[in-house]
Amino acid sequence: MAEAAAAKTSYQGQMHLLQKEIMGRYFERLTRAAEQGDGKAVYMLISGNPVELVHAFDMVPVYPEINALQLAVKKVALPFIQKAEEIGYSMDNCAYVKADVGMFLGDRKTPFATIPLPALILCNYVGCNVYLQWFEHLAENCDGEIYNLDVPFLRDPSGVPSKEDVEYVVKQLEEVIEVCERLTGKKLDWAKFKRIVALSGETGELWSKIKALTKNVPSPYDAYFDSVTMMAPLYCLRGTEDGLRFFETALKEMEEKVRMGTGPLPKERFRFVIEGPPPWPFLKTFRDMFSKWGAVAVASTYSTVGGLWEFGFKHDANRPLESIAQHMLQWNVTNRDFRQRYAQIERYVNEWSADALVIHSVKSCRLFSAGQGDMREYFTKELDVPTLLIESDIEDPRYFSEAQLKNRIDAFFESLEHRKLTRDKRLAGGKV
Amino acid sequence: MMYAAGIDVGSTQTKGIIIDQDQRIIARALGMTGANVTRAGANCFNEAIKLAGLNREDVNYIVGTGYGRYKVTFGDAQITEISCHAKGAFYLFPNTKTVIDMGGQDAKGIRVGEGGEVKDFVMNDKCAAGTGRFLANAAEALLLSLDDIGEISMKAKNPVRLTTVCTVFVESDIMSYLAQNKKVEDILGGVHSAIAARTISLVRRVGIEPEVTFTGGVSRNIGMVRALEEKLGMKVNVSPDSHFVGALGASLFALERALAGAERAKQAEGEPAASSTAH
Repeated sequence: MAEAAAAKTSYQGQMHLLQKEIMGRYFERLTRAAEQGDGKAVYMLISGNPVELVHAFDMVPVYPEINALQLAVKKVALPFIQKAEEIGYSMDNCAYVKADVGMFLGDRKTPFATIPLPALILCNYVGCNVYLQWFEHLAENCDGEIYNLDVPFLRDPSGVPSKEDVEYVVKQLEEVIEVCERLTGKKLDWAKFKRIVALSGETGELWSKIKALTKNVPSPYDAYFDSVTMMAPLYCLRGTEDGLRFFETALKEMEEKVRMGTGPLPKERFRFVIEGPPPWPFLKTFRDMFSKWGAVAVASTYSTVGGLWEFGFKHDANRPLESIAQHMLQWNVTNRDFRQRYAQIERYVNEWSADALVIHSVKSCRLFSAGQGDMREYFTKELDVPTLLIESDIEDPRYFSEAQLKNRIDAFFESLEHRKLTRDKRLAGGKV
Repeated sequence: MMYAAGIDVGSTQTKGIIIDQDQRIIARALGMTGANVTRAGANCFNEAIKLAGLNREDVNYIVGTGYGRYKVTFGDAQITEISCHAKGAFYLFPNTKTVIDMGGQDAKGIRVGEGGEVKDFVMNDKCAAGTGRFLANAAEALLLSLDDIGEISMKAKNPVRLTTVCTVFVESDIMSYLAQNKKVEDILGGVHSAIAARTISLVRRVGIEPEVTFTGGVSRNIGMVRALEEKLGMKVNVSPDSHFVGALGASLFALERALAGAERAKQAEGEPAASSTAH
């Protein structure tokens, strides 16, 4: 068993500081929009978000999921969740929805920003039908216009959307443009829009390079706990100069760490791939449970919920609407079926040289957690990848049982350590 | 002579085992965990060394396990009860491939490797359904002793079909059967069968391969042993020490470390190293 040498190590580098600064400015922008009417807000979902269009109209992108997770991180989500339950939401309902709805129905003041009311609720429906009702409920309680962007599932086993599917989404994006033109009173400036899409292309490329760096041993950063820091700029500031600068800085810092041979922990002992979003109310506690074992995430599916860039996708300024549609349809993990999710994880395990897979299942999200039992079975039995399935919640602190999680994680790494030791001895030609 | 101790601070009871350097069990101690977890561990250890006729300093290495393992502050290391149950079961029954452990609040399935190591494991969800607590609540609802219900359940001729395995709702379910004049043994037959079925479906997730060894406090319940055997269609290993398997496994880990430490010390002194059982 590992002696807990570095239980509480997590690095706070340049990238983290810059993120705080630029996201601080983003949240100030939300507050100005809410309190001074400076800018029209567009609510969107993270998965496959078409933020380029929103920036093209100088509108303010607002993600209720980010509001919800920020409430959880700041440990103020529970009263909002309870408020939503008081008005009839079930205990089992998605806790992101409940926290956001509870907050939305009040004065929308949070410890990080005052959330503006939406001019447009752009439900880029990808993968989750509960989210559809979330946005409809918000629309019922404000004057914002709602547009449901219907993105068909990536249902062909080839993993490629049909021409018709792409056209169907493009057609809807054209309607969204008309809605934005009406709401802002100005025509879309196509040249500006293309510049924004080009910036998104560059940003996505930088992000892909950053993600490939965790193939190094040791990994320069944790692809779960540190990736989440990079995800907010990816969604809120993609297509802006600020966003591009952030990813340039992050890449430089991570490349330097690779050159220096340093990582987030003093010693990397285990490399794992992780599936599922983190338990936001206890992020640090959760991280420490892995750090204690010298375990670093080298890849995560969660860091692809807003888009999958690392396998070759790039926004194309010459085909702005088509490439946004492709991003939503194809290059987006939540729009993929289980076999495609398996294939993604398998690639991570092999190409990122991982020892194990950890699945963090979310109690209040049955839609994406259902099937993770089979996923565990597939990786353990079919591929012989040691797999741990643990459960808590993204938002609701009531589902987090520290003792139970710790027990499972400790036992998993105890057995992984034995496996490693046996393998090392075998490789050394010694007696096992 | 070298000695090693394992202290298993469980959610309900605390178990302690002391072994000598030949892996012989020389003392067993058992107490309720209660509110003061640190004291429960210490009391259990003190009781064990007293029974062994040893002093504190005679014990070379102590491993804490169970939920309260981090509270075994006098211990040298902590190891989860999952690894310890695998190790302990393997010691008692070297052909063990699967461990079914039923404790106060936990039910687990462990797939055991060739050397007694954990290959894979599953545990019950955040819910005490199908655990010792469920049986305790059933016994309480029937005003029976927990020690007797296993025997009684074996007399069932027409076991009832329980609609719940919820530890909280089981009492009202039992009340409704009593109101229907169902026999106590049939109700208990249903209770045991429901838990056995639930536990087996849990353990199937890691695969059930013979030999199966049943450990944890509930393994003392003969009715549960029979119910598991019946549903699995195979014999289940149970030892009089099955209840102590977590502590036993912890003591075996402790001994390995004590021996490895002694070997390192010898090597440091330049003496030829003796062969070690540590791996």
